[in-house]
Amino acid sequence: MSNLLDLLVAGLATGAIYAIVAVGFTLLWQTSQTINFAQGEFVMLPAFLMLAVMHAGAPFWLAIIIGILLSMLLLGLGFKMLLVDPMLRHGVLPLAIATMALAIGIKEAVKQFFSAEASPFPSIVPAGDLSIFGRVVSLQSLGVLVLAILAVVGLTALLNRTSLGHQMQAVAQNPTVARIIGIPVERMILLTFLINAFLVALASLLITPIYLAKFSSGEVLGQAAFIAAIVGGFNQVRGAIAGGLLIGVVDNLAAAYISTQYRAAVPMILLVVVILFRPQGLLGRPEERTV
Amino acid sequence: MTAAAKYLRIALGVAAVLALILVPATFNRYGLYILSQWAVMSIAAMGLNLTLGYAGQVSLAQGAFVGIGAYAGAILTTQGFPLIAATAVAIVLCFAIGWLLGYPALRVQHHYLAFVTLAFSTLAFLVFRNESWLTGGIYGISNIPRPHVFGMATSKPLPFYYVCLGALAIVTAAVWWLIRSPWGRAFMALRENPVRALSLGVDTRRYTLMAFAIGSALGGVAGALYAPLTQYIDPVPFNLSLSLDLLMMVIVGGSGFFFGPFLGTMIAVLLPEWLRFTQGYYLMLYAIAVILLLIWSPSGILGILDRYLTQRRTRAASALRAVAKPKLEVAQ
Repeated sequence: MSNLLDLLVAGLATGAIYAIVAVGFTLLWQTSQTINFAQGEFVMLPAFLMLAVMHAGAPFWLAIIIGILLSMLLLGLGFKMLLVDPMLRHGVLPLAIATMALAIGIKEAVKQFFSAEASPFPSIVPAGDLSIFGRVVSLQSLGVLVLAILAVVGLTALLNRTSLGHQMQAVAQNPTVARIIGIPVERMILLTFLINAFLVALASLLITPIYLAKFSSGEVLGQAAFIAAIVGGFNQVRGAIAGGLLIGVVDNLAAAYISTQYRAAVPMILLVVVILFRPQGLLGRPEERTV
Repeated sequence: MTAAAKYLRIALGVAAVLALILVPATFNRYGLYILSQWAVMSIAAMGLNLTLGYAGQVSLAQGAFVGIGAYAGAILTTQGFPLIAATAVAIVLCFAIGWLLGYPALRVQHHYLAFVTLAFSTLAFLVFRNESWLTGGIYGISNIPRPHVFGMATSKPLPFYYVCLGALAIVTAAVWWLIRSPWGRAFMALRENPVRALSLGVDTRRYTLMAFAIGSALGGVAGALYAPLTQYIDPVPFNLSLSLDLLMMVIVGGSGFFFGPFLGTMIAVLLPEWLRFTQGYYLMLYAIAVILLLIWSPSGILGILDRYLTQRRTRAASALRAVAKPKLEVAQ
């Protein structure tokens, strides 16, 4: 039982990170039909940007700020203007393939310009344990969980409580009508790309201290976020959040109670079951089929 | 098509085939290995092109089928069965699994289908890695023999290259026939407008499953050849990235074009080798090249050619119209 609690906390902590990445993923899909196969690499890269700034002699806090700004510039603005904009009108598939190529490119660039080895990454949460109700919980897990929840709450508030958020949702639901009622659609789409870049940088900051900075670490992460987004509901931000938390917990429990060898299979089976019986995702809206 | 253009096409085809037969005789071991790999992957990409390009079903599991074929080939040939029998088993196995995997395609469409096949890819990889009683686990299967063809051993690189090339030729002919048969037309109807196809009496259920199954079976053929080509297999080459690579090959070559997979595979297999002089940068340059190509022409390399030919035809037609116009006016 006590073991279960530890697993739950650890699962929720990784799940919260998956949720952040998955939310960015669904935002891109909603506003510009971009299935970003490089989302995992997008999470891997900011940690290396921050490391590079630190190597140049900057303190950790400054490196975080510069890293986040750089990733918004490269993975937000650059990604949209150089790759998505020229390809969007050609449909979903060529763009998805281009992001696959981008994933290879980012991985190889990091391997070439930084290192093929895993590098340690400082944690923004101090190491150590905390005792709650007589239970010892890792401070790092808890810190990650709190920060991730703050990010998710902040984002939900932005989307649901502010005028800007309502405009973004309008663009996601119906760009034509949004344009008619005077919403600057282009600016809103750019904003979602910037938010995605911010979210992946944040996820990078939270997850890299746990798994080390390595060029190949994006593959697992990207897939987890991908599954989280689909399981929760591809067209709903709250679906992606729920999906992320669920996948994190299920993954941890499966490793402990089912089989370490087949732990990766459990989220996949969950994915297939959800797609077959509830294709819109657990919290999603059904998508109408057009003839 | 004019007669001259037709002869030009035939001459080009014959020249390409002759070059594929004669030129490699001067290649070294490594060059032959790469070229054999091109032939093998072309078969897999052709299968995916059938599923994706002609029937319009996105599959992220072709790499898994290559894996299933490779393990079937490796296990059977190391047990002493001939390669041809192993290939037959690989075809049947992949056809059956592909058929089953097609069932989700009946319920869901587009990206959802891609996700189901992605999950299947990962599951297949886990089975390759974990069921070591069958697959050798992470240690893989080594000493995979190369076949005897008409009593001749093909253990040297050049003869085995001809085996791969021969298999490619047979598959090419079969696919050529298939897409010109009523089945191929039904596949294309599925891609263009499934509802219309259904209303015209095409059994879309059966043809969707069929497109998946046949495409997967070709993946199996490629796998059964891949095993004796490398003579050692482990789970790593058959992870999700092979499926993504194959998808990239089909799209880059030109999905839905008959010769698209050949070109796409050539780029994916040969271009990184040609770029090797740039050392650590070669995969990066490859990725950039693919992105630039897709920005320029999202329908792939053959899409460029297709656009050019259409433009020329339109121009020729409008020239003819311009000539004909005064005559028509006089006639009025």
